[in-house]
Amino acid sequence: MIDKVVEDIDAAIDGIEDGATVMIGGFGRAGQPVDLIDALIRHGAKDLEIVSNNAGNGDVGLARLVQLGRIRRIVCSFPRQNDSWHFDAAYRAGEIELELVPQGNLVERIRAAGAGIPAFYTPTGIGTQLYEGAEVREFEGREYVLVEALRADFALVAGFRADRLGNVVYRKTARNFGPAMATAATTTIVQVDEVVPAGALDPEAIPTPGIFVDRVVPVGWRPWMPDGAFAGGLVDVNGEPVEGAR
Amino acid sequence: MVTRISRGELAARVAADIPDGAYVNLGIGAPTLVADHIPGGVEIVLHTENGMLRMGPAPDAAHVDPDLINAGKQAVTELPGAAYFSQAESFGMMRGGHLDVCVLGAFEVSQAGDLANWSTGEPGSIPAVGGAMDLAIGAKAVYVMMDLLTKGGRPKLVAECDYPVTGRRCVSRVYTDHAVFDVVEGGFAVVDAYGDTTVEELERLLGLSLKDAR
Repeated sequence: MIDKVVEDIDAAIDGIEDGATVMIGGFGRAGQPVDLIDALIRHGAKDLEIVSNNAGNGDVGLARLVQLGRIRRIVCSFPRQNDSWHFDAAYRAGEIELELVPQGNLVERIRAAGAGIPAFYTPTGIGTQLYEGAEVREFEGREYVLVEALRADFALVAGFRADRLGNVVYRKTARNFGPAMATAATTTIVQVDEVVPAGALDPEAIPTPGIFVDRVVPVGWRPWMPDGAFAGGLVDVNGEPVEGAR
Repeated sequence: MVTRISRGELAARVAADIPDGAYVNLGIGAPTLVADHIPGGVEIVLHTENGMLRMGPAPDAAHVDPDLINAGKQAVTELPGAAYFSQAESFGMMRGGHLDVCVLGAFEVSQAGDLANWSTGEPGSIPAVGGAMDLAIGAKAVYVMMDLLTKGGRPKLVAECDYPVTGRRCVSRVYTDHAVFDVVEGGFAVVDAYGDTTVEELERLLGLSLKDAR
């Protein structure tokens, strides 16, 4: 019987070696697999190359991994934020290498890797300093820049619910990078709030079919969900913390 | 004498040009104010690039949902008929030409329609681009909403961008606190100047020659 559920989260991240490339889902805190990152921190792997949209918020999750000096290189679109102090310090100290990629190119490079496309032409970033010297080609009168697929040894993703077959559904805008990253890693590990019986998920609406998933870890209802309180909190239009979101 | 309008009036000026039924992405910062000024009877669908259509306004504190945020990582709500999707689909909506309008802030816009809004290029600053370069080329119409001059009085409509560009030849129209400009062959055309502001006064402020398309 296929059963991808791993109850012990420390066992679930087993096999991540020093120097591994690890994709970490999430846009800010939404969809960030914080429990898996905490397990990775306990696991101790270092010299990691991380692929993630941001470079950590506040003091937990990815930010903590940065603070502990476990990351050699990070590929991301938006490292600098009002609560990215650990990345800022490591970057300024020259302790972390940064590859900056526009967000849409980042996710498409990940999607391409998972779909067997080694490289593709994109209009995003053409003529900017991020693509100086890159290969350019014209199609139908418009110029495009060639970018390569981005794959990883491991993907750490946060879903909402999953079944033993590894089918995963997400919640609201926490879906973000999960479906693409799940396809692009040799080993994909998904933390979910709960595991449900096979057949309980609507087969018409499975953003991540189980074929892409190797391990599923139930982490329980996220304690910060009911009151919206979590580190790297929500900000209003003036950058001030939203009341009730800490 | 030049007439300037407030940021709220500017948001309303932009909103007045967004057609009924449009799919619209509002950039982080001042452009988000446009959502508050959509005229009655006009229905638009707001896209947020982190993966949602039919995004609604901010919730009250009791209804903040950490899984439901906009591209600025602010709490938002969903309107009936909302849809969630992955990042790949979301940016495909932009590159694929499915969005009608995108409204962005800017440091500078050049006469050719080049946009600079992602980096000040200061030495030692930590770069971050996010979805800026995707948005710059990601809609049928790319509107910029900004002040005409910096706080120091330097024009933000320029012959060539000094700041690192976000996208080339991508801006269609620029809404400022003094006037509205179209990017046309050969430079900027004034399509609307507030109050008694003349094209000559705008030319003097910018040091550029302008077409009058009012």
